[in-house]
Amino acid sequence: MSDTQPRILCKITDQSINMQELADFVADPAAGAMATFVGMTRNTNDGRQVVRLEYECYPGMAEKEMSKIAHEALSRWPITKVAMVHRLGRVDIGEASVAIAVSSGHRHAAFEACHYAINQLKETVPIWKKELYEGGELWIGSQTGATGSFQRVQEEDRA
Amino acid sequence: MHIKLRYFASLRERLKRSEETVEVPEGATVATVWNQLKDKHPELAVIERSVAFAVAQEYVDKTHLLQDNDELAFIPPVSGGLYV
Repeated sequence: MSDTQPRILCKITDQSINMQELADFVADPAAGAMATFVGMTRNTNDGRQVVRLEYECYPGMAEKEMSKIAHEALSRWPITKVAMVHRLGRVDIGEASVAIAVSSGHRHAAFEACHYAINQLKETVPIWKKELYEGGELWIGSQTGATGSFQRVQEEDRA
Repeated sequence: MHIKLRYFASLRERLKRSEETVEVPEGATVATVWNQLKDKHPELAVIERSVAFAVAQEYVDKTHLLQDNDELAFIPPVSGGLYV
């Protein structure tokens, strides 16, 4: 691994995610393993027929928080490089909204760091998704948090 | 002091604006501003436990002391749940 090459790629984009770009970024002669994660729009959620998702972020802070996660992963595991990309705007069924690639000398570190990165991203990066389903729309937050109640209040108001 | 407020996602739709500038007294904290907002919009009480705060794009807690011209963002729960 050359010292002059960047080891972190963090990007927020309104374009389709190109997995090859992440794979190319993390590829390295010192890496014998690459783990990837891709999060996609699923056609059902909690009994609802999902039509599509729409993402928005806090520009600037979202990139900063992603970068913190990538740096933390590099300090916790013996990994070579890490790439994280999140999409904004409309993401149709089956399309990717988030992708992570991690390379390392051996597979264990790559798997662990990749798992850490996606979990942490969902906890701390200020990106929100709105689910458009058949019959309505809903901001999806933590499933156990209070957002559910807020949504119910909004729905009651409309009723 | 003038504080710029940023609203996102459910909060932005609820308040029907994405930002505004408010005037608060010297010594005001994040809690001061949140309580002012809650007084105007009592329905926000239901997200009290899950909303987070950021000043100058860094997470802070409610006791954080604000400075003139700070940008304070209210962060409703970030996206989650669909990949598990």
